[in-house]
Amino acid sequence: MSEENQISQREIGLEYERYKREAESSGYHLNPDVAFTRGLIDGLLVNERRYGYRSCPCRLASGKKDEDLDIICPCDYRDPDVMEYGACYCALYVSQKVLDGTQQLTSIPERRPPPALRKKAAAEPGTAKIGTLPLPVWRCKVCGYLCARDGPPEICPICKAKKERFERFI
Amino acid sequence: MKIEHVEGKKAGKLMLYALSTCIWCKKTKQLLTDLGVEYDYTFVDLLQGPEKDETMKIVEKWNPECSFPTLVVNDSQCIVGFKEKEIKEALKL
Repeated sequence: MSEENQISQREIGLEYERYKREAESSGYHLNPDVAFTRGLIDGLLVNERRYGYRSCPCRLASGKKDEDLDIICPCDYRDPDVMEYGACYCALYVSQKVLDGTQQLTSIPERRPPPALRKKAAAEPGTAKIGTLPLPVWRCKVCGYLCARDGPPEICPICKAKKERFERFI
Repeated sequence: MKIEHVEGKKAGKLMLYALSTCIWCKKTKQLLTDLGVEYDYTFVDLLQGPEKDETMKIVEKWNPECSFPTLVVNDSQCIVGFKEKEIKEALKL
């Protein structure tokens, strides 16, 4: 299959600036290796054209959005990976230490459960329950933001993830 | 499965399963090219339907997490991720 999804350098540049601005304004950092980071953004844009959403360039998307929600960038695994390894899986986002050069990047093991376990987890609903709360509590799977309201917000006010990335927490 | 072949000096049978959008895969491929060794590779994200499923079964056999890059050396050893040192050791370079 030939790849006809070539993204222009201009488009990559614009998206790079947008990612950088949004990351810095919400307490995250893009990888300071600009060529590397632009390569990842290229991959995200290719995936958007291919699948209709920006799934992680370093993971194989199924092409079915419901099955790929957890790997739409920023993925559900970004924050724990940045905390533990100093970068997310693809290394688009890095920790302050990596940014400062006091921590070296290494190959990051895959935190996403393998296919069979993902199916199992999806079939099992959350167990936390506090029956006396007047409202349900929703959790953003990307950044952990919690809010108590009838339904999740359209967009996470902290990390800008979409409504579909929220889970009912309590 | 669409397999691309890269000519080079023989350092064993090398099969690289990669994604065309992945920068770590690109680095791994570049490392093999820089080392000048002969290897085969396939971009799994560019495969379709049954071909993709069959390839993923092979990847899963070596690497149950199905992550990339997955490099299989001599049908006996599997290196997951861009691990320069491990790859060089496996190739005895």
